Amino acid sequence: MKKLLLGNAAIAQGAYEAGVRVVSSYPGTPSTEITESIVKYDADIFAEWAPNEKVAAETAIGASIAGARAMSCMKHVGLNVMADPVFTASYTGVNAGLVLCVADDPGMHSSQNEQDSRHYARASKIPMLEPSDSSECLSFTKLAFELSEEYDTPFFVRLSTRVSHSQSLCDLGERKDTELKPYEKNIAKYVMMPGNAIKRHVVVEERTKKLIELAESDRLNTVIDNGSDIGVITSGISYQYACEALGDRVNYYKLGMVWPLGEKAIKDFCSKCKKVFVIEELDSFIEEHCRALGIEVIGKERFTLLGEYTAQMIKKAVFNEDAPEFSPLTEALPARPPVLCAGCPHRATFYVLKKLGLTVSGDIGCYTLGAVAPLQSVDTTICMGASVSAAHGMAKARGKDFAKKLVSVIGDSTFIHSGITGLIDMVANKGSGTVIILDNSITGMTGHQENPLTGFDIRGEKAPQVDLLALVKAIGVKDPVVCDPFNIKEFERVVKEETAKDEPSVIIAQRPCALLKRAVKYSGSCYVNKDKCKNCKLCMKLGCPAIVSDEKGVHIDATQCNGCGLCTSVCPFGAIEKREG
Amino acid sequence: MSKNIMIVGVGGQGTLLASRILGNTLIAQGYDVKVSEVHGMSQRGGSVVTYVKYADKVSSPIIDKGEADVILAFELLEAYRALPYLKKGGKLIVNKQSISPMPVIIGAAQYPESIEEKLGKLCDLTALDALELATEAGSFKAVNVVLIGVLASSSEISKEAWLEALRATVPAKLLDVNLKAFELGYNLK
Repeated sequence: MKKLLLGNAAIAQGAYEAGVRVVSSYPGTPSTEITESIVKYDADIFAEWAPNEKVAAETAIGASIAGARAMSCMKHVGLNVMADPVFTASYTGVNAGLVLCVADDPGMHSSQNEQDSRHYARASKIPMLEPSDSSECLSFTKLAFELSEEYDTPFFVRLSTRVSHSQSLCDLGERKDTELKPYEKNIAKYVMMPGNAIKRHVVVEERTKKLIELAESDRLNTVIDNGSDIGVITSGISYQYACEALGDRVNYYKLGMVWPLGEKAIKDFCSKCKKVFVIEELDSFIEEHCRALGIEVIGKERFTLLGEYTAQMIKKAVFNEDAPEFSPLTEALPARPPVLCAGCPHRATFYVLKKLGLTVSGDIGCYTLGAVAPLQSVDTTICMGASVSAAHGMAKARGKDFAKKLVSVIGDSTFIHSGITGLIDMVANKGSGTVIILDNSITGMTGHQENPLTGFDIRGEKAPQVDLLALVKAIGVKDPVVCDPFNIKEFERVVKEETAKDEPSVIIAQRPCALLKRAVKYSGSCYVNKDKCKNCKLCMKLGCPAIVSDEKGVHIDATQCNGCGLCTSVCPFGAIEKREG
Repeated sequence: MSKNIMIVGVGGQGTLLASRILGNTLIAQGYDVKVSEVHGMSQRGGSVVTYVKYADKVSSPIIDKGEADVILAFELLEAYRALPYLKKGGKLIVNKQSISPMPVIIGAAQYPESIEEKLGKLCDLTALDALELATEAGSFKAVNVVLIGVLASSSEISKEAWLEALRATVPAKLLDVNLKAFELGYNLK
């Protein structure tokens, strides 16, 4: 059966067909739908959202050692969090197949950096496959499980945003019934203390030699000979762009495995061409390998290290052919950056923080948008969890007076991911920061995934709920406060009180995500009563996408408003009213 | 035969569903199809763009400047922004709704004036009030299906094939509203 599948759904389908039994991941765009799709395929597959990528990878590693085919999926920066167990799992190898899917984000559609995961494959000595469309997502994932067992190593499958989030046609197959592999205690293989690890490193290097033989074969890396004297070495989505741009006017060496890379097959391919282009988004990974082999290739001197490629860019670089004509814009258009949704609980939080003029150490989530005008409240965003620890560092650097004008903001899921350790540091090392946990009852930005604080599991079934207040108290924070940020006056009072303290304090700003249907029942919409409005524009400071000010004065776009009512409590003249229905 | 259709709008307007109905219609016709979507942060009220490409064989899922045969725009400013992507002689279908982006809301930029007139001079334009038609069908959220109806009426694919894909893609409880919305778009004069 042929079906149009998202690359991510095709990865899930491939894992399903390969008989995967355990999947543990932390959500991250553009990887999230892999794990979300898994639960739809089979009720017997154990799938979960783990607190972070490290826990997810360790869960998958454990399942593999115990004899079950296992997978963990993450975005590129999630691989940084996962790196510790992964580098050593390279040494232990696997029992049942273990696949780690990592989705890069060239162009940074939804990320804080543009790192290239292929370096991790080389650094950890774990082979990496790279599909170029949904059909390959499916077949490569299946193959990765087979190869993982054949070569006794975890396998990476590398994706990029356009592969993950494009739908293309796939042939669906049946699930392979895999028995659990027998579990046998094997201290020499699975206990990585120096005496054992020294021996396993030898195994890893021998394995890499065998994997290079695989790279030399045509099992994953294929030559498409169109009888041209121009060659293109490429992989993944860049292969699709190159095909679009260059068609059958060049020969291709399409790499399905991007680490390890071979030698002989690449030299053979290049020897038959007068000119060889290496076309790869992000870093010059394949190009440098070719140069190290002494092969002259054309790479980043014609292509960029930045962002995404396009077919037109490739056509220009290879054949110097111009793009088709188009109608250029003759005026500058206002940008439309993403904004906090109408009804977003974070809007109220940032409104207060800005009003109080506080320095805000930010984190990763929808609330990063608190840095965007008009709120412009957030000062820093580095990585998951950094809001708490970075604020601790800021306070230690600049002293107590500065600390009293400083807060950290971190979402519920992000706090569980890696904010807890920062808070422990702050408490244990006599910090005095104020941490605002933005508890919106869901992992928001990646599209509503459950986390240990929501009380539901990935299948939407009731699950034990971590008691956030008790957790914070157990860490040693005295008198943490729970407050609804929509209660603006009370929230402002609490923030003032907590920041004034000379000890670590925590405010749990509790109000569900406006899009969370099980918890939020906003209805109707707000409107401006023109008789009462003085056009003071205080409501405009909320940065709500539904409130517009133009030559007719301030009004509310009913198609954008969800009736949350936050603006009614901000207006000093009571000019914003709500109508039901 | 190869065709490129671009769908543009504002996050939250339902462009994803439109691209899925379109994709499902096209595979039923036996085409190779690629649909490129936008997820994650950029969905939060920002500009969203999805690409639908169909042919005997499609390689890149992306549509670049000057390559779109049809642009289906959910909002005027986004239609204008997408204009460079339209092929010479291509068709632009636009919903005459304007949603102010944040720089306009806070007064840092102006929403461009008379976009419809400007676009009318630059390309083959069909402009309609899809919001009004969607409301007439029973929900302002059905703007996406009204626009799919307009697209369907100018395509070579049979109406029944579109309806079949619509029934397969839209949740059952919203089907009646969406069927009405499709008809209003399809029968647009």
